[in-house]
Amino acid sequence: MASADSAPAVALRDLGRAYGDRVALAGVTLELPRGATLAVFGANGAGKTTLLRVLATLLRPHVGDVAVLGHALPRDGWAVRGRIGLLAHEPLLYRDLSARENLRFHSRLHDVPEARGRELLDTVGMARRADEPVRSLSRGMAQRVAICRALLHQPELLLLDEPLANLDPGAAVAVAPLIGRGPARVLISHDVEQGLAEADLVLGLRRGRPELVAPASSIGAADLKGLYA
Amino acid sequence: MGALVGKDLRVELRTGEAIPAMLLFSVSTFVLFHFALDRRSVEGELAAGVLWVTLLFAAVLGITRLFVAEREQGGFDGFLLAPVDRTSLFVAKAAVLFCFLVAVELAAVPAFAILLLGPTPWDAVPELVAVLLLADLGVAVLGTLVGALGIQTRAREVIVPILALPLMIPLVIAAARATSPLLLEAGAEALPGRWLVVLGLYDLVFGLLAFAVFDFLLED
Repeated sequence: MASADSAPAVALRDLGRAYGDRVALAGVTLELPRGATLAVFGANGAGKTTLLRVLATLLRPHVGDVAVLGHALPRDGWAVRGRIGLLAHEPLLYRDLSARENLRFHSRLHDVPEARGRELLDTVGMARRADEPVRSLSRGMAQRVAICRALLHQPELLLLDEPLANLDPGAAVAVAPLIGRGPARVLISHDVEQGLAEADLVLGLRRGRPELVAPASSIGAADLKGLYA
Repeated sequence: MGALVGKDLRVELRTGEAIPAMLLFSVSTFVLFHFALDRRSVEGELAAGVLWVTLLFAAVLGITRLFVAEREQGGFDGFLLAPVDRTSLFVAKAAVLFCFLVAVELAAVPAFAILLLGPTPWDAVPELVAVLLLADLGVAVLGTLVGALGIQTRAREVIVPILALPLMIPLVIAAARATSPLLLEAGAEALPGRWLVVLGLYDLVFGLLAFAVFDFLLED
């Protein structure tokens, strides 16, 4: 058996999760090596966000086996918290605190020097607005701060739900190197061309079930059309 | 834990969503009691009852707000993703609620003395502070537990008082019995130690209970 350090970033076997009677995810099996990118495609309600939340240790899997960075979930969730960066639909920022205060708060939770937050705010072009409350920022600006939050602790696994949503082209260029290749990534995107270009492995979900699990090099955008029909 | 407490106090200083509402509620209730009881002043058991019922209802307002930012702004997720012991959230929230209660009482108790109380309470201030602090600790511990439960439901404004008020009955009995000898017209009597012990036991029991179950409240 592989040690935690050499184990795949994500290993799923027959993963399933339900909300009451409604099955949100079922029968997902795949393995994502370290440093690789998994692109997840599917229509709204296909189970993409549920998958991300299970991998982030925020939801318990109900069926199957889940291992993240070599640790079984939910049993060893404590061992991977702090090694995962989650960029969700919501920015997970306190609206009444400034961008700087939010990052300072998360720096303390993750035991990271505050300078790291300042550095990231500079990189995404938010240094000038960093002292304004998050509620006064546009959605795109809040998204840039949320990217800083997700990357603050240099995670080994990045979970990205539409990371470029609400970003103008300039901001998208600024954040691209930050969320680009390096750590293992699970990327949810509705931009099929862009998602495929970034991916090593593709998972296509339809009503919670995997329709497609394949290397990105073996499929094209046309193969994914059925997921959205 | 310091980060969590600091964050909550900073947000409260900036928004003033909890403490001003709790204080305004307390003062309004004292005024209402003044007219409803049709008395110029109260003392002894009646004074202690009015004071504690008012403070506990005001505390419910704070308890209802305690986890709102965590729920509505993703604070729970942000916290759960960090390599931090989950119990630290409980301790931090209880500390924040305790600070809110103390801040409210710093103004509400003098307001009570001015608006309703017959005897001057100054002789018994140290004893009164001891009772207030012990009771606040119990309210903070129980309130944090109930607030975490209530925030998981859609009807937290209903669930929190329904759960908290019955569980606070032992606390209000002990706090009122401990306080009433301090507020007598004839002058303050000695603080009844056994009611302080009851308050201490209440704090201890709910503290242990909260430590045991709080982790499970954060699970999905």
